[in-house]
Formats: sequence, structure tokens, C-alpha cells
Amino acid sequence: MSLRLTAINICKSYNGKPVLKDCSVSFDSAGIYILMGPNGSGKSTFLRICALLENPDEGKINYFSDIPIIPPLSRGELKRGVFSENNILKRDIELKRRITLLLPRVGVFNTTVFKNAAYGLKIRGMGHDEIEKKVNTVLEFVGLSHKKNHNALTLSSGETQRLGIARAMVIEPEALFLDEPTASVDQENTEIIENIILNMKGKNGSTVIIATHDISQAERLAGRVLIMQDGKIVETSF
Amino acid sequence: MGGDRGEGGKFIMDSITEGFRRAFSLIFTLDIELLKIIFLSLKVSGTALLIATATGLSLGAFVGLKRFPLRGIIISLMNTFMGLPPVVVGLFLYLILSRSGPFGFMGLLYTPSAMVIAQSILAFPIVASLSHSAIVNVDPIIKQASMTLGATPFQVTLNIMREARYGIMSGIIAALGRVMAEVGAILIVGGNIAGYTRVMTTTIALETDKGNFELAIALGIILLLLSLTINMTLHLVQRRGMVKINI
Ligand SMILES: Nc1ncnc2c1ncn2[C@@H]1O[C@H](COP(=O)(O)OP(=O)(O)OP(=O)(O)O)[C@@H](O)[C@H]1O
Ligand SMILES: [Mg+2]
Repeated sequence: MSLRLTAINICKSYNGKPVLKDCSVSFDSAGIYILMGPNGSGKSTFLRICALLENPDEGKINYFSDIPIIPPLSRGELKRGVFSENNILKRDIELKRRITLLLPRVGVFNTTVFKNAAYGLKIRGMGHDEIEKKVNTVLEFVGLSHKKNHNALTLSSGETQRLGIARAMVIEPEALFLDEPTASVDQENTEIIENIILNMKGKNGSTVIIATHDISQAERLAGRVLIMQDGKIVETSF
Repeated sequence: MGGDRGEGGKFIMDSITEGFRRAFSLIFTLDIELLKIIFLSLKVSGTALLIATATGLSLGAFVGLKRFPLRGIIISLMNTFMGLPPVVVGLFLYLILSRSGPFGFMGLLYTPSAMVIAQSILAFPIVASLSHSAIVNVDPIIKQASMTLGATPFQVTLNIMREARYGIMSGIIAALGRVMAEVGAILIVGGNIAGYTRVMTTTIALETDKGNFELAIALGIILLLLSLTINMTLHLVQRRGMVKINI
């Protein structure tokens, strides 16, 4: 399962100051993409817009999927031309629930590690037993099983980052955006996190877009590189 | 003259000692009048607290989560009304509920319902204001993180409120402490009618006035224990809310 997306002529300003300037890029096959660029070039903003957390001032993000569109279109939506092409997905909660963004600051909830990881499944209405199974698996995967009953606010930054990834992974996103997932993490945890990312890509072939300042990370993850500068994608390796 | 004063002091001391002795006997024999008064206190303040929580938490959450015109004014009003003088609330309600007042036809004056209304008015701004500040103090990252995980706007709201839960609980407990100890408003609208609208604080006020210390002291002891319990709970809740952050 994979979602692909295209960003078309994205413009975004904050307080009159343009941050993204007519930014277009197409992520048209699944795999790992590495987004690099200087501080303040607009990477985080771009990821938030791609992840449908914020609307652009101009331009749009189109999502595509091979999987039939859920839910089926209502006649009104067809009339209003919500879908310009047959396989472009509508921007609503159904689509939002197939993608996720790991923020640079994870934002753990003041509750146990387990409940943090379970959140995405719980709000999707999944049953208790299935949640238990999935969350235990994912916590095992990121090496946090032994801390599952600890309050998540007491984790170290590496552990917090791993919890963030677990919390995102457990919902099995078809497009995953990671904003500097290893920024404040030691080498050992960086390796762990990179392995998780590689594993995830292998497992369900999702589209993974990672913002990072670490050039060697691009090589280790064998990702396709995009360079952002001053609100535009200036170079791509694909 | 000095001798007079000395004897007067002795008399008071005696009646206080006697008051304490009989107060403990009232407490330990579970005196029925005493129990009724305590029960009514809890019922009136408990009901008022439920009403104030339902309304105050809704207002606090709404004002904390939405942006709209006049929002700042509502916040100032909530804060100001936290310190509403109970006697003024009592007076105001009295005027409204008295026979010649606009709601006089409902016949609520000097009933437990009037006391519940009075205490709800006192508790409401406390719950509203403290839950509002608990909610606005939740790190905005919580909202963002919930959204990235696919929460609907309603689920985001619930999650923010869950993050604010200790602050909200503190507000509710603080409101309970205030209404349990309050006497001005319920004395005016309840009238301290024996067996009907007598609660702990009004009994203490009026029995002391009459020089009947035993019941007043017994109730005073219980009221103190209750407010001690309330404050300890508040302290515990606030302590639980402070998780050591490791980042
Ligand atoms: N919510 C916001 N409000 C105001 N300005 C913002 C907001 N978000 C981003 N900006 C501004 O937009 C510009 C780009 O920020 P952005 O975070 O997207 O850059 P970045 O490439 O992720 O930088 P870094 O490498 O430092 O993370 C910055 O100048 C920033 O101040
Ligand atoms: Mg950034």
C-alpha cells in the first residue's frame, strides 16, 4: 500500500514574509526521500503542508493511491469537482488518517508510554485487544517494551524520539513525514531510528519524506535527495 | 474590675471546655441532628459543584480553545467573579427570589434549591477560570501532535482537556473548598431553618451567636476536617500533575 503525492506551486507566507515560493515537487513513487537545506529555508513548513496540517496560501497537494478511494464519492462532491482526477484523494480525515508527520519536538502526552503509542489506534476506534497486540509489537520494535508503563514525559530524548516513531508507525501510515527525527539523538539511537525507518520502508512500501541536516543520513538510508533553498526545491537527485 | 474580668474569662473557658466535651459526644454518638446538618451541607455543596463543573468546564474549555470577539472580556469577567463576595451573591439572589422579585413566583427562597443556586454561582467562575487557565497552558504541540495522528477536531479537544486534567481537577476541588466554607450567601437565601436549610456553616454562625457552643464546636471540628481533606486532595492532585520532565 502506498500513497504518492505531488506538491503543486505551493506558496506560503507568515506575517507577510514569504516562506515557500511556488514550490513544486512530485513524489511519484514509494520510497525514501531526504529533504535538505539551510536553516529557515522552509523544510518544516513544507512538511506540515504536505502532511495536511496547514493549508498553503496558494497551490495544492494532491494525493494519489492505487487503492480505491475511501469513502466513495457523494454525488454532491462529484458535482463540486472535489476530485479533478479519479485517483486524487479528497482532503479529509480519511486521507489524513493514512499519513502522519513526526514533528521535530515529538509532543508526548502526559500519560504512559503505552497509551502514547496507542493513541492513533484508539481514536480510530480499534478494539482493545488489537490495540494491545499492535502496540506491544511496535514498542518491542523500537526497544521501549520495558518502559511501557512509565510516564512518557520521563523518557530521555532518544527514547522520546523512538516513542514518537512508534506512535507514528503503529497507525501504519502510507505516507510518513519525519522532521529531523535524529536531530538531538546520539549515534546509537540514530542508528536504531534509521533501522526502524529502513525496516518500515521494506515492510509496507510507504512514501517516507525526511527533513535532515545530516548528509550521511541520506546515504545510509539510500534516499533520493531534494535540496530546498529559500522556499524552493532547487535540486533533486531523481 | 480586674477580678471581674478574670471571672468572666473563667466562665468563657469553662463553657468552651464544656462545649468541646459535648461536641465530641455529639460526634461520637452520631447525633441525628448533627448528621442531618452535615448531610445537607454535602448535598447542597455537592450538587452546586456538579452544576458548576458542567457549566464552568464547558465555558472554560470553550474560551480556552476558541478564538472569538469579546473573548478577553469573558476571561476578565471569569477572573473577577472568582472572588465574588458571598453576601453579595446572597443579596442579589434574595432580591431575585423574594416574593416581589422577578422569580418570586417559583417559591425558592429559603429552600435548599436556593442554596444550591447560590453556591453554583460562587463555584462556577472558579471552575471556569481555573479550567480555562489549565487548558490554555497546555503546550500547543499537543494539539499538533494529536492532529498528525489523525484526531478529529473533537478528539483534539478531548486530548487537550486530558492533558489539562490535573489543573481542571484542582479548579473543581478549589471550588468545593470555597462553597463548603461559605456562609454569607446560603444564610441569606436559605435562612438556616432547622431541619430544612441548616447546614454546617450557617449553624456555626447562628449557634455561636446564641452562645450554644457545643453544636457549633462539633460542626467546626468536622468542617475543619473536611477542608483539611479537601486541601490535602488538592495538594495530591497538584503533585501528581507535576511530572518530572527529562528533556
Ligand atoms: N508558524 C510560523 N509563524 C511564523 N513564522 C514561521 C512559522 N513557521 C515558520 N516560520 C518562518 O518560516 C521560515 C522557515 O521556517 P521552517 O521552520 O520551515 O524552516 P526549516 O527549513 O525547517 O528550518 P530548520 O532547518 O531550522 O528547521 C522561518 O523564517 C520561520 O521563522
Ligand atoms: Mg525545521
